[in-house]
Amino acid sequence: MKTTQFVQVPDAATAAAGYLSNDADDHGEPVTLNVGPSHPATHGVLRLKIVIDGEEIVSCDPVIGYLHRGMEKIAENCHYNQFVTYTDRMDYLAPMSNNIAYACAVEKLLGWELPERGQAIRVLCCELSRISSCFLGTGVYAMDTGAMTAFLYAFEEKERVHNLYEQICGARFTSSYTRIGGMTRDLPKGIEKPILEFCDSALKTVDEMEKLLLHNKIFIDRLVGVGVITKEMALQNGMTGNNLRASGVCRDLRKTNPYLGYDKYEFDVPVAYEGDCYARFQVRMEEIRQSVRIIRQVMATLPGGPIWVQNDKGILPPKEAAMMGMEELIRQFMVTTQCVNAPAGQVYFAAENPKGELGFFIDSQGGGLPNRLKMRSPSYCTLSILPELLPGHLVSDIGAILGSFDFVQGECDR
Amino acid sequence: MDAICNWCDALLSNPIWFYLITTVLKLVLMFAVILAFVVISVWIERRVAGWIQDRPGPNRAGLPLFLLQRFGSKEKQPLKELLHFFGIPEGSCIAKLCQWLRFDREIPFFGLIQPCLDGGKLFLKQELTPSYVRKAYFIVAPMLVLGPPMVAAAVIPFASSVETAYGSISMCVANLGIGPLWVFAISGLSVYGLTLAGWASNSKYPFIGGMRATAQLISYEVAMGLSVIPLFMMFGTLNLQEIVQAQAANGWTLLPLWGEGLSPQRWALMLPLLISFLVFVTCVFAEANRTPFDMAECETDLVGGYHTEYSSMKFASFFMGEYAAMVIGSAIVVTLFLGGWSIGFGADAALAGICPWLAVCCQFAMFILKLLAFIFFFVWVRWTLPRFRWDQVMKLGWLVFLELTVANIFLTAAVLYFVK
Repeated sequence: MKTTQFVQVPDAATAAAGYLSNDADDHGEPVTLNVGPSHPATHGVLRLKIVIDGEEIVSCDPVIGYLHRGMEKIAENCHYNQFVTYTDRMDYLAPMSNNIAYACAVEKLLGWELPERGQAIRVLCCELSRISSCFLGTGVYAMDTGAMTAFLYAFEEKERVHNLYEQICGARFTSSYTRIGGMTRDLPKGIEKPILEFCDSALKTVDEMEKLLLHNKIFIDRLVGVGVITKEMALQNGMTGNNLRASGVCRDLRKTNPYLGYDKYEFDVPVAYEGDCYARFQVRMEEIRQSVRIIRQVMATLPGGPIWVQNDKGILPPKEAAMMGMEELIRQFMVTTQCVNAPAGQVYFAAENPKGELGFFIDSQGGGLPNRLKMRSPSYCTLSILPELLPGHLVSDIGAILGSFDFVQGECDR
Repeated sequence: MDAICNWCDALLSNPIWFYLITTVLKLVLMFAVILAFVVISVWIERRVAGWIQDRPGPNRAGLPLFLLQRFGSKEKQPLKELLHFFGIPEGSCIAKLCQWLRFDREIPFFGLIQPCLDGGKLFLKQELTPSYVRKAYFIVAPMLVLGPPMVAAAVIPFASSVETAYGSISMCVANLGIGPLWVFAISGLSVYGLTLAGWASNSKYPFIGGMRATAQLISYEVAMGLSVIPLFMMFGTLNLQEIVQAQAANGWTLLPLWGEGLSPQRWALMLPLLISFLVFVTCVFAEANRTPFDMAECETDLVGGYHTEYSSMKFASFFMGEYAAMVIGSAIVVTLFLGGWSIGFGADAALAGICPWLAVCCQFAMFILKLLAFIFFFVWVRWTLPRFRWDQVMKLGWLVFLELTVANIFLTAAVLYFVK
């Protein structure tokens, strides 16, 4: 069997004539520059195909998916508790927030509500990871603009958060702290003191970094008026979190639809109206202060009581009871192998994560496995603005703009 | 013995041979000092960076004491044996001090071994030359970066002249009447290395880096040359040795506290000289390609800039070139503005009166001290400030510094004319 193939023959004569007539643009031709997937400014494995004219960017085409692990498909094949560990690997700079957002989504499907202490602990962990993520975001951002030292100051605080993680859940990085209906364990005794000490040192470092950077002429020159995202642009591209608030939209899910009892705590939502890189930096610094404020309130009003949902089914019985009683042993077996028995239905839950709105859409047909789990990751939406935003900027601005978005590729690619 | 002495005497009495021998000695000294300073400034960079950034800095590459086991020591705690060997009792404060300094594991030497091991590592690394580069230019480029700073150092005086029985020795390799011009001319050549590296690499990031280096150098060379003209108007000479001698007698450029430095004219000149100093130091930073002006190699947008494709010793020569440029830049700033080798407050003449060679040694030490202080300043700035954007650097060079320096020349002339 023969297949016919049509080949486009290039018009060599015309091309040669064009070349000889030498009527090319005096300014030369644009150059395609490949930034990434392995490049110091791209914070992971983002690849940008940019066309530059001199140093000016003409067009930009972001290529994502280098870290795609098929998490949404994996979720369909493991029960609700098993998937908790995968959420650590999404926004790996704030693993606790992901754990909590996911657990809350499944609990919303089940119609469960955590007891007060459980909620308070979740708020505490959320805010700790927000501080950690914002510190890294601002620190790396400083490094992208050439200020190495601020990055290491920020990293020191991030290390302190990881030390607290270790005390709270046993792991420093991949926490997997939550289960459906509660947490793996209660706060350890004597955790109050290190947490409050950390609050003080975090505020001190924020002040230090502001002194070092915020009023620095070079830093201001590089960021003010660079990467301006207007309100409309931000909303059209579905930006959320700090990046949206820096463009003048006051939208914080903790305020608009409070979950985990966020309405009990007093905090402000920092908003800036400029929408440039400098505004995003300021908002992120202020976010740390507000998180510290929330943590202090949580520690002051930490209620006693259980951390698990008080329910006969779906949650693990106490270990001692499982060793002694028949019913409890059966329950432990059932929870471990089949998890909860969720009702059929669809539910969407979104949490205000450090990077923006992290949403989980669960389509359940009953049982312990979701029929479909869809994630709305903030970094993905944030990066979608790049082709619109980058043209007209200089090559040096790539680092500043990408740094100001504070995205995580693990969450964007999932 | 007498014959050898007589022969040496005869040799040194011949002015040509005397000149040759002293020049070779000075050359060797100069090269040794600069190359040593390249290594030392790498060490200072790391040490100060560690200090600024709340981390230990280089402290691992010490002399490990377990090496003693290699030489037949059965002792599990080598420190104990070492103390025993020197007859130091275990409870004494020396032993406690050793314990506190962590000598029980190794002798860290403040991390000074690290730069040496670094050099060794770079020597032993695989030399990779990509297939698509222009080979000849690719190899020449690192040499062009490393060479000029060394040559430029020739005119920098490192001590006052000494009268010996055979003639006078001027303590700089070449006592030229065009000192600063020579430095600007030669150190400007090093940009050819960067541009050539960017071009020969045949790759986009290095190319942009090379272009940036060229543009940056041109815009700062002009301001740099103009910024020191007020200084020459004041001193009335271009010979660096004479400039330093004038500073030793009449007060450093930025510290006129003795001699004729106390005259009203000299103090009226402080403003233009201060402007000169600030502009010149900034230009030296730009010239040495250091943060906040390291446009040509800023890693957040150009990966490695012009040296992206280089590896092993070729890569190291770029870095040595950068540090050598930093050392020479510091030396020029020290010579022009901070009194060069002069000890100050009339101590030079007093010491020379006691013993000329003692004076030379003290002056040399003083020069090194000032150099170290300025290198520290270089490093301090690097780890504190963010980086400029490329177009801002251009703007600063052409729109601010050029105008400022030209105005400064007129200001100096006015002060020299009206204030007596």
